[in-house]
Amino acid sequence: MPERTVIVASRSGLHARPAKIFVQAVARQGTAVRIRVGDGRPVPANSMLAVLSLGAGHGAEVTLDADGPGAEEVLDALADLLSRDLDAEEASDA
Amino acid sequence: MPEAAPDVLRGLGISPGRAAGRVHRMAGPPLLPAPVPVADTAAETARAVHGLESAARELTARAEGATDATAREILEAQAMIAADPMLRESVEQRVAAGSDAAHAIDAACAEQREALLAVGGYIAERASDLDDIKNRAVAAVLGLPMPGLPSPGHPYILAAGDLAPADTVALDPGVVLALVTEKGGPTSHTAILARALGIPAVVACPGILSVADGTWAVVDGGAGEVRTGIDERTAAEVERAARADRDRLATATGPGRTADGHPVKLLLNIGSVADVPEGSPGEGVGLFRSEFLFLDRRTAPTHEEQTGAYEAVLRAFPDATVVVRTLDAGTDKPLPFLGLPEEPNPALGVRGLRVSRRSPEVLDAQLDALAEAARASGTSPWVMAPMVTTTGEAADFARRARARGIAHVGAMVEVPAAALHADRLLEQLDFLSIGTNDLSQYTFASDRQHGELADLLDPWQPALLQLIERCAEAGRAAGKPVGVCGEAAADPLLATVLVGLGVTSLSMSARSVAAVRDALARHSLDQCREHARLALAAADPGGARDAVREAASG
Repeated sequence: MPERTVIVASRSGLHARPAKIFVQAVARQGTAVRIRVGDGRPVPANSMLAVLSLGAGHGAEVTLDADGPGAEEVLDALADLLSRDLDAEEASDA
Repeated sequence: MPEAAPDVLRGLGISPGRAAGRVHRMAGPPLLPAPVPVADTAAETARAVHGLESAARELTARAEGATDATAREILEAQAMIAADPMLRESVEQRVAAGSDAAHAIDAACAEQREALLAVGGYIAERASDLDDIKNRAVAAVLGLPMPGLPSPGHPYILAAGDLAPADTVALDPGVVLALVTEKGGPTSHTAILARALGIPAVVACPGILSVADGTWAVVDGGAGEVRTGIDERTAAEVERAARADRDRLATATGPGRTADGHPVKLLLNIGSVADVPEGSPGEGVGLFRSEFLFLDRRTAPTHEEQTGAYEAVLRAFPDATVVVRTLDAGTDKPLPFLGLPEEPNPALGVRGLRVSRRSPEVLDAQLDALAEAARASGTSPWVMAPMVTTTGEAADFARRARARGIAHVGAMVEVPAAALHADRLLEQLDFLSIGTNDLSQYTFASDRQHGELADLLDPWQPALLQLIERCAEAGRAAGKPVGVCGEAAADPLLATVLVGLGVTSLSMSARSVAAVRDALARHSLDQCREHARLALAAADPGGARDAVREAASG
């Protein structure tokens, strides 16, 4: 199954705004994506509760996986999102 | 058809001022009924999912209406949690296992809540979101109104059973024109909050929850009246007049004095230097609560920490009076590091100065730090102990403070025994400060938080005023200051009574100063004495208020 491993760049980690932006992006893809911290248990990435309960802080190494058509592109886009400091970026609707 | 509410509802006016607008009610959290057996699992699942979706929709709508960016982000995240697929799955599984919709939501939210708490740190702070989501979803399932602050999209008068601290953190004084609660008393959380925000409020107002949402009303937070049956035009006129009043008060400055120039110090009640507003309206600090240094701690604050905090406040008022109250904690306000055992009756137990019987080192450390802060800032702070009951306790406290070079030593008068012996206390001390909230509680044997006994806790109770008079007379005889630092001091009309009784200073939250200054400036000392005479002679608080209001407007 295709995977991407990336370091969480957001200052507050996968919490608050960054978690929200990430989960929203996953939900928009429509592909089942999972996320895990290190060798931990993968959880559905479209669940805010699941993502929050990872407790992935700034600098944590997380791995995304997905299956099916278009999985590679989806993972690239999401990995790119996590490698940016989402706390620093303005809200897109602002 | 429901019976129409009467045109005038009466309660206890606890934060003065008038406001007009539409009434919107706040519902409390829904109570979970007994579990019911589920016959049709598919229909019950649909009900549960609908509950979650309603919660998500409501939160999304609130997010869209939020003016503050941070508040909007938080609400959006909450809406996402309400719509979370994992939460939904957990609810569906519980219904499939035989649970009804409300209990399935309750249990699923509780489980997720625990999961977030287990992560700890920032994430644990989101745990309370799940309580909020649960309350909303369960309310939707049960067909009850959505709990929490209403968001009608325009400024409104908030009506509620009572307000808890959690309800009010999000309260925006730009949107909430006035507060009216069915329960609560003059010292309830609602009252303190309303005065801190400077918005009119009426508590203990039966019938307010029968007023339909959207009804136009005028609230008079001084008279304790809510008038409905008015139209939008009348409301607009009242609002215009109220705004003019507020503007007039805001521009008044200067020391407190009566119309004929009798000085009355107007001081601030603060918890830390952060409570002192820019261009402070007061003439110093009448009550610096030192508790904040000690809250949520397993160990006592260090000498340096304490010294720094006191110095910050002393330096903010270099030429003014600053009265520091020593730690007011005990079994009623437990602090972990004190290690006090639970007591069956904490209000009557080891609290305030009494903690010093078990742990004298806590008070000594505090006095050491205050003395050092005084030296470092070149000021001469006043210090007082809470819950002083006997002359012996006063003498002991004075000895310990003076041994460290603190020149002005006093006591809070909160216990009737202390008020009765005010003259003897002043043989040992330099000043007294009357804490009317606790003095009411102990004089009228009524718990401060007890909504049903609000009338007994009314600061206009003639017996309470008589105790205050006794203290003020003792002060006059000894030539020593006697102030009031309870919430009573923030009521402009009652302030005239207190001055008439002989009180020399009034201490209150910063927002209340302007209205009290204005009330004093409009009455001579003789008029204040007449107000005091009328209030003391009245049969009950309502009679006292009416008599003084009539005299003041005449």
